[in-house]
Amino acid sequence: MDITAESIIFVIFSVITLGGGLLMVTTRNLFHGALYLMLSLFGVAGLFVLLTAPFLAGVQVIVYIGAIAILIIFAIMLTPQVTQVVGMQNTQWVVAVILAAIFFVTLVSVVSPIADEIGVDNWNADFTVDNPDDVPADSITDMGVKLVDQNHYLLPFEVASVLLMAALVGAVVMVNPTSLGKRTPPVTYDAREESAEDVSA
Amino acid sequence: MTDILKDIGLSHDLAVFIAKLLGVVVVGTAGLLWTLFGIWLERKVAGRFQDRLGPNRVGPYGLIQSIADAIKIMLKEDIVPEGADRWVFNLAPILSVVAVLLIWAVIPFGAGWVGTDLSVGVLYLIAVGSLGIISVLMAGWSSNNKYTLLGAFRGVAQLVSYEVPMVLALIVPVILSGSMSLQGIVEGQHIMYLFAIPLTALIFLISSMAEIGRAPFDLLEAESELVAGYMTEYSGMKFGMFYVGEFLHAFTVALLTAVLFMGGWRGPGAEDFAPLGLVYLMIKSLIAYFVLMWVRMTVPRVRIDQMLNFNWKFLVPLSLANLLIVAFVWKLIPNTNQIDSFGDAAIPTLALLLVNLAMIAVVGILLREQGRRERARIEAKRAVVAQPVGD
Repeated sequence: MDITAESIIFVIFSVITLGGGLLMVTTRNLFHGALYLMLSLFGVAGLFVLLTAPFLAGVQVIVYIGAIAILIIFAIMLTPQVTQVVGMQNTQWVVAVILAAIFFVTLVSVVSPIADEIGVDNWNADFTVDNPDDVPADSITDMGVKLVDQNHYLLPFEVASVLLMAALVGAVVMVNPTSLGKRTPPVTYDAREESAEDVSA
Repeated sequence: MTDILKDIGLSHDLAVFIAKLLGVVVVGTAGLLWTLFGIWLERKVAGRFQDRLGPNRVGPYGLIQSIADAIKIMLKEDIVPEGADRWVFNLAPILSVVAVLLIWAVIPFGAGWVGTDLSVGVLYLIAVGSLGIISVLMAGWSSNNKYTLLGAFRGVAQLVSYEVPMVLALIVPVILSGSMSLQGIVEGQHIMYLFAIPLTALIFLISSMAEIGRAPFDLLEAESELVAGYMTEYSGMKFGMFYVGEFLHAFTVALLTAVLFMGGWRGPGAEDFAPLGLVYLMIKSLIAYFVLMWVRMTVPRVRIDQMLNFNWKFLVPLSLANLLIVAFVWKLIPNTNQIDSFGDAAIPTLALLLVNLAMIAVVGILLREQGRRERARIEAKRAVVAQPVGD
């Protein structure tokens, strides 16, 4: 195996991804954990770029780093007393280790050709191709067309849209104070200021 | 550039690598040097707006004031507050500058003068923009100070929510040009998009103003409430980094406005002679930047509830409606995917302009009604409250 620029970059991003993940689960500081998570996700975006999938790389950064990780950090910052985790909070680690191990073995065996080599048939998903075709230059247009083409992925695309819409409506309903019944609507700035300022005026 | 390097006997990969590396160094350094001049310009213009002279002591017209400031700021003591999270604290200012300079990588400065012409340029802009939010969060949290934390909270609420109308506005030029690459968007503008979609340009400018956190949206560092917001605990060059990052971000927004809506480097003769394109781009950006300064110097700071209400109840619905209407009208006009010259673009531009003017008129009427209702409501309340005082 000869070392090309591509393989060096692959190793760099792999180290960022895996190292970030490892540091994230081992650090005791929740805020640092969230930052390491971002690092790891950033490494994944780099891998997408290496696979000539710039659109996925961009979406990876926007959705995971720009939205999800920021929300996680926001939640951590709002609860300063749990920022420094001193010890284990529950005893689920045994189950977690077993599940993670099963998931890891399944994923690796499906993706890589190991299963074929040890003699298990029809298990490998054939994701790895020895001599792949060149990625089409305009893969984004291709993807956009296929998403709205009825012969391709129109139905999954629309189903996902409906799901997201339902989540959006659900979020609005949940925070709507009038639908909660017992809870009183929060005091707005309006009410406070008008009673204070207008009396003096 | 690559060819020259290959001629002196370097391999293709190495030549490309060195050429790209030089490009990075040139663009990054140019951005930072421009900051020195830009800050002087901004202070001078701010001075005129506020009926004073601005910097005028160091050098002719105070021109080297920025250099004096830079030296002063580098010589200052670097203080890390006790209980601060050292690593995160030191990383935040660097990230704030990096996040802005990364944007410059995809900006087309002239015909063929672009760092990398990414096919997903617009997506990249949004992705890199979200890195800036992280630097605010990191600075606010790591300083171990309640004011910085409050500043960071406000900042994130503001930056995350104003990202929505900004993205919705960014999609419109993409629809019109049929390309997500910034070079493609520039080349699609046979007539500046400013004339076709003025409402979109306005939405982009307003939401970007909030993104860069300057007055009237400077809630994240409101000095009368939060000392200096998330950067309260920073001193010396680290504060300088935030200052540079903030200025550069503001100028980058002007640059993007010029690229997306004012035709970028396009102008007479710019296609044959790339440096001329750079001159055109800079002139256009400075016009856009003047508008930003103008608003900054004249509009007072908004309250946090006003800021959020303005975004979610006005700007987001408006940008959604704008996107839908423009996309619909664009589909109605025949042959929009074959626009190749000024003449081709004239009729679609005129149609979009009319639709935009109609939208602006409707929004204006709605806003007037809203203002009238609000005034009547406050007036009614005041009458009730004031009566016992009057007795």
